[in-house]
Amino acid sequence: MTTMTGAQSLVKALESVGVEVAFGIPGGQVLPLFDPLFDSSIRHILVRHEQGAAHAAEGYAMATGRVGVCIATSGPGATNLVTGLADAYMDSVPIVAVTGQVPSTAIGTDAFQEADIRGITFPITKHSFLVTRAEDIPQAIAEAFHIASTGRPGPVLVDVTKDALNGTTQWHWPIPIELPGYKPTITPHSRQVAQAARMIAEASRPVLYVGGGLVKAQAAQALAAVVDRAPMPVVTTLMGRGIFPDSHDLNFGMPGMHGTVAAVGALQKADLLIAVGVRFDDRVTGDKATFAPGAKVIHCDIDPAEIGKNRVADLPIVGDAKLMLTDLERHLADLELPDRSEWIEYLANLRRRYPTWAGDKGDGALQPQEVIRRIGQLAPEDTIFVTGVGQHQMWSAHFLPHDQPYRWLTSGGAGTMGYCVPAAMGAKVGCPDTMVWGIDGDGCFQMTNQELTTCALNQIPIKIAVINNQVLGMVRQWQTLFYNERYSNSELHTDRYPDFVKLAEAMGCVGLRATTEEEVDAVLAQAMMINDRPVVVEFVVQKNAMVWPMVPAGTSNEEINYARDMAPTWEEEDL
Amino acid sequence: MSTVITLSVLVQNNPGVLARIAGLFARRGFNIESLSVGPTEREGYSRITLVVDSRDANTAEQITKQLNKLVEVVKITEMEKGQTVRRELILVKVKATASERGDILALVDTFRGKVVDVAADALMIEVTGKFGKIQAFLEMIAPYGIKELVQSGSVALARGSKAITDRSRDKTIRVNR
Ligand SMILES: Cc1ncc(C[n+]2csc(CCOP(=O)(O)OP(=O)(O)O)c2C)c(N)n1
Repeated sequence: MTTMTGAQSLVKALESVGVEVAFGIPGGQVLPLFDPLFDSSIRHILVRHEQGAAHAAEGYAMATGRVGVCIATSGPGATNLVTGLADAYMDSVPIVAVTGQVPSTAIGTDAFQEADIRGITFPITKHSFLVTRAEDIPQAIAEAFHIASTGRPGPVLVDVTKDALNGTTQWHWPIPIELPGYKPTITPHSRQVAQAARMIAEASRPVLYVGGGLVKAQAAQALAAVVDRAPMPVVTTLMGRGIFPDSHDLNFGMPGMHGTVAAVGALQKADLLIAVGVRFDDRVTGDKATFAPGAKVIHCDIDPAEIGKNRVADLPIVGDAKLMLTDLERHLADLELPDRSEWIEYLANLRRRYPTWAGDKGDGALQPQEVIRRIGQLAPEDTIFVTGVGQHQMWSAHFLPHDQPYRWLTSGGAGTMGYCVPAAMGAKVGCPDTMVWGIDGDGCFQMTNQELTTCALNQIPIKIAVINNQVLGMVRQWQTLFYNERYSNSELHTDRYPDFVKLAEAMGCVGLRATTEEEVDAVLAQAMMINDRPVVVEFVVQKNAMVWPMVPAGTSNEEINYARDMAPTWEEEDL
Repeated sequence: MSTVITLSVLVQNNPGVLARIAGLFARRGFNIESLSVGPTEREGYSRITLVVDSRDANTAEQITKQLNKLVEVVKITEMEKGQTVRRELILVKVKATASERGDILALVDTFRGKVVDVAADALMIEVTGKFGKIQAFLEMIAPYGIKELVQSGSVALARGSKAITDRSRDKTIRVNR
């Protein structure tokens, strides 16, 4: 046993759980921690805003499958993490946030930079600790990492008072984890899975509805094996894009508010949904009363509370998605499966008749869909794509290749503008040999672009495409459709300020711009060649492009339009 | 239609655990009718008895599952009617003139209550019992004039020899209905 300060034990505990990278900003109450961190093997990246630290931790976690770490001081430092924690909570991203806190004797006195960050984050963390004694620090760190990374992953906050950091303690490790109330169910009940296989064998219009849970469980192979064994249509949610290759004939794309007609049709017409690692989010179901009206539901999730929350499950299965799918494939092998070619052909026909974008040229300026498709075509196969939130995000969901799993980072549940740049930074730190492309909006980019300075200074050469349509595009789209084209506060005037190229250069990046189709390939080729610095490419695109298809908020999926006022006919007239 | 359920929740007695539970109910729009919390036979553990108005069976299930997700919640049992002993306690200060005093004392006796404080023109009475009994007592005593009333939340234990911690070491997860 060695005597050390609480802060030293915190750093040692982080090292002992395997932390290699942390993102953060120091400040008064957390300064004792930054001192031993200076000598640590942990690479601490000094960000420019704590929100960036939290999203970077998320990006790192999503790209590597490991726990991301962010550090902030008390009060405003900690509250700046809130958006990132909320984002990680909604999308089940394993991160640990370490925050400094005023000394335990000052808690409750409204001391300088005191904020009850644990109280503030109760609803948006999987769990949290307030540590007031040096000797409790390693235990809290060990448990925080365990909780963040097991079961349904999520963000965990460890708030440490300054006196705990400055106090002395005896170091001992490993630490037995004592969490009597935390025992996630990992192994699915085999009888339930056998029952699932039988239901699949009996169904005539089954659909595999899969999402982010499969990404967290790294279940791409297990899913592919199930579809090989029992060919049936697959739809992948926004969070699950890439978990099953888009190039596969049985992938009918993304369901939901901006889903493909074929994917939405698949859910609506199915007689059985095999829902795995999804949560029947309102952006997928639309009006719940009319969602998938003819379908029985098998729902598998590692979080029992998701089952039956939004849709009653006929067969609930609690457990890890990979284990469940692996077991399911084994059970399916013993069964006679019916021919589903008619059902598959019905959906393939919908896909042919209602492509997501027909390639219309609009007003002649660059089409954002085309730009995004082109980035996907020219980037290496294993590129990690990260997006902001808005129209460009939906287009990225549709038009990037999505043929490789675990390469798609987006803010789904929270829809956090500002996610792209810092999350891309975190992804690149975690996967330095992989190309990382951020596809961002001109609105989103202006929320967190300062982290490009961090990237430039720390040799984190990410590439950011700013899809500049001069407006808060998604907001404008709703105003066009539902507010009589009254464009209240959605004009960003990004044709005037900022000058994105100059802004990029001012932050130590290469700044490029494309305004015509001919320029697109040239700037992309140039951008892909640069490996020593971050690159920002501004694409000046038309502002009137809209995301289609669309199910208007709160209405039934049956109301889907594939273009303005254009509803699909579910049956071909001459059929 | 509303279903009132009683949950007995064993928690690790960490600072903030009650705030977490109250916050969960607020955030998810669940209604707490009564809540009582106190230490148990095990050091470091508290037991919370929650009476919840759960619009329907689905909500009741969600409440249990969401509570179960809290790391400090060790065990939840839904207290079944008929299998449960349930008690509340009231302290009530009733106006009592010399002429009424005898009638009031008779009432207290009938309800097996106790007079715990006596003033010139008032009595403080303690009554424990099931919700219904307490309501009945309050109705009877009201005409004399209630000056002050305080009522505890429900506490409940299952009948029989088993304890909440006996049944299984794991959390009750009622997914496989
Ligand atoms: C932090 C935050 N604030 C506001 C919103 C609401 N919102 C959703 S999309 C959007 C517009 C995004 O604009 P831009 O980044 O230019 O992307 P575009 O839709 O034009 O592709 C807004 C304001 C949000 N999702 N997140």
